[in-house]
Amino acid sequence: MIPETGQFALILALLVALTQAVVPLMGAASRDPARMALARPAALAQFLLIAVAFGALMQCYIVSDFSVLNVVENSHTDKPLLYKISGVWGNHEGSMLLWVLILSLYGAAVALFGGNLPEALKARVLSVQAMISVGFLLFILLTSNPFVRVDPAPMNGQGLNPLLQDPGLAFHPPFLYLGYVGFSMAFSFAIAALIEGRVDAAWARWVRPWTLAAWCALTLGIAMGSWWAYYTLGWGGWWYWDPVENASFMPWLAGTALLHSAIVVEKRDALKGWTILLAILTFSLSLLGTFLVRSGILTSVHSFASDPARGVFVLCLLGLVTGGSLVLFALRAGKMAGGGLFAPISREGALLINNVLLSTAAGTVLLGTLYPLIADALDLGKLSVGPPFFNAVFLPLMIPMVLLMALGPFLSWKRGDLPGVLARLKFVFALAIVAAIAAWMIAGGTAGPLWAAGGIALSAWLILASLLEWTERVRLKAGFWRRVRNTPRAAHGMTLAHLGLGIVIAGITGSTAWKTEHIQVMQIGQTIDVAGYQVTLDGIEDNVPGPNYTALRAQFTARKDGRVIVMHPEKRSYRNPPRPVTDAAIHTNFLGDLYVVIGEPNAGGGYVTRLYYNAMAPWIFMGAVVMVLGGLVSLSDRRFRIGAPKRAAAAAAVKA
Amino acid sequence: MRWPVLIPLALFVVLLGFFGVRLVKMNQGDMPDDIKTVLIDKPAPQFSLPPLIEGGQGFSSADFKGKVTLVNFFASWCVPCRGEHPLLAPLADKVQLVGIAYKNKPEDATAWLAGLGNPYQVVAADLDGRVAIDFGLYGVPESYLIDREGRIRYAWKKPFSPDEIQHKLLPLIAELSK
Repeated sequence: MIPETGQFALILALLVALTQAVVPLMGAASRDPARMALARPAALAQFLLIAVAFGALMQCYIVSDFSVLNVVENSHTDKPLLYKISGVWGNHEGSMLLWVLILSLYGAAVALFGGNLPEALKARVLSVQAMISVGFLLFILLTSNPFVRVDPAPMNGQGLNPLLQDPGLAFHPPFLYLGYVGFSMAFSFAIAALIEGRVDAAWARWVRPWTLAAWCALTLGIAMGSWWAYYTLGWGGWWYWDPVENASFMPWLAGTALLHSAIVVEKRDALKGWTILLAILTFSLSLLGTFLVRSGILTSVHSFASDPARGVFVLCLLGLVTGGSLVLFALRAGKMAGGGLFAPISREGALLINNVLLSTAAGTVLLGTLYPLIADALDLGKLSVGPPFFNAVFLPLMIPMVLLMALGPFLSWKRGDLPGVLARLKFVFALAIVAAIAAWMIAGGTAGPLWAAGGIALSAWLILASLLEWTERVRLKAGFWRRVRNTPRAAHGMTLAHLGLGIVIAGITGSTAWKTEHIQVMQIGQTIDVAGYQVTLDGIEDNVPGPNYTALRAQFTARKDGRVIVMHPEKRSYRNPPRPVTDAAIHTNFLGDLYVVIGEPNAGGGYVTRLYYNAMAPWIFMGAVVMVLGGLVSLSDRRFRIGAPKRAAAAAAVKA
Repeated sequence: MRWPVLIPLALFVVLLGFFGVRLVKMNQGDMPDDIKTVLIDKPAPQFSLPPLIEGGQGFSSADFKGKVTLVNFFASWCVPCRGEHPLLAPLADKVQLVGIAYKNKPEDATAWLAGLGNPYQVVAADLDGRVAIDFGLYGVPESYLIDREGRIRYAWKKPFSPDEIQHKLLPLIAELSK
């Protein structure tokens, strides 16, 4: 009964979405307030119906209803509750349901919190949002129904891939989708603006918080995925340039560019056509990512079971959404001529270069990801493009961007004073060089590569310049707290986000350059020195029972400066499906991670062990969290809430 | 309307074309990781490779004689190899399983095998990828099934799937081992 309720709710949601896609749009064209007003209840109803469907599927997983095919294929009664729940989105059908749930969540959020939007704009935005919903609800109902029953129901399910049974990965997809589905808002706003033929500062102000919210979620989602790869794949790597990772990274790059170009539209009424185009491209890259992952047209390690029929459907959707919006853009972009003029050296100029570099970066990632496919279609043979290509192309684009990123906030709008800014930054420059040399010496000098010093210099340059810009803004003297409070939150947010990236760069540099690795056979009781830690293998316990696995569990003791750290890495054999998984033990001191992996026993009674010291690796993830915090602080800026009191008053009047 | 606004649309249409071609090919059964080899039923290339681990056993094409052999090219830097790896160990008692570390620093490849377990009876190192060229390697992992006379009987130019092992590899091994 419950699965049927879910399916029925999905069909109803499709009908509501169809209505929402058509009626408010017509109402906006004919200025009919009644038809425009339909958008709001429709968006809320659509969200509630999809939530009912999602809840129904989750219920099937929680009670292990094996009469539902999707549950059979992805769950098992022995699985801990957390992974029964995360199993809902650990497969193609369920994750698509999560996709539309989040899409409708954003629609409902506009309906609830968009009180300060003009009625016509709101009606059009919600209609465009509903058109996307219609496409994806049809996709689920026609090709990927999660509620299909099996008869007779099997006694138990087939279980979830053990690699996915991990807290980091349980919450990675929801954040990822909150991110790239969230860019649908910017897209809907862009299409609504193209239909209206008007883009102004107010439009940019409305679109920015949605983009910012999506960006925060996507940043966190990508960081969680990377963190998962770091501690579960068992060799300390955290980014592989795999097509699936690139699928989430391309919208991130384009979305970051969009965040910055929207500022120029808001403050200076320039770059309008470009910003609209970026909004379209950002969401299109999200859709493209969905297409690449679901259709199986590229070979990847962690894609879903692929099916060409689904691929055709998503490709048609992509063609309609992106193709349609680009046609509309071509027809209407002429009207978007910007008003604000600016000199090449100015805040606008710096933001424009940032945009060029970020979109070029997104383009190269796209090219690298699709190159095997293009080469195959042109009969150049089947091949794969690996990390060397991406590192060779991506890094040279990022270095000038980071150099400029430190300068940008110092430049004034319209016309900046570059020599003046450089003069103010000469101490920062000197300090960055000193920091780099110091870090390089501490890390053992020539033991590490020379470029590592360059990476640290870049990081220090960005961090110090961001701090200097902030202190100049709030001035560290009397009245400090007042000035901190009076500074717009968006400015604090920018400082934090830029600091976060600086920390990430330091982490990437350190973990790549200064990683130490010891692989050997250890006897019980033997001690090995790893980056100053005396690591002893104390003992091994075999057949340790877990909920759905048995483990070979080792105990290590690491000693340094009188501190004693006990670590328990495991080698787990899962039962359903049978698969070995290494579970590394990680001890972090915030400057680096001691990373311990237990391997196979050998004939002499010893065990193969891998001991790493991943210098600065935690900075990558901490930096990403600081970036997200920056985004959240910026999101709380007062100017995005303008009109809130008015709305509250109106609501009170309605109640009275 | 000025023509530059058409650029994004034009690029997008080209891209859709490429996707379309790929999907049509997939519908005809040509999967992206499905690569034919011209070497089927031809003698395997002549080669002699040093052992991966010093003091271990190397491997040369003469060792194909009399045994059904599965040659598996792998590398520690290859993520799909990681996915394929657990599937290989159960094959060890059915076939002579030879691993060739492709363009891989011996210490990295050794560490990789140490951590995940070594399913191979013999592990050789193809440091400069010369033997891989003779096999016509496109990437890693790839596997070649070689009969007792040293002829290549089947090639997987992609990672194994459990399905592929069950329905293709094991029946072939059984047939060749008769």
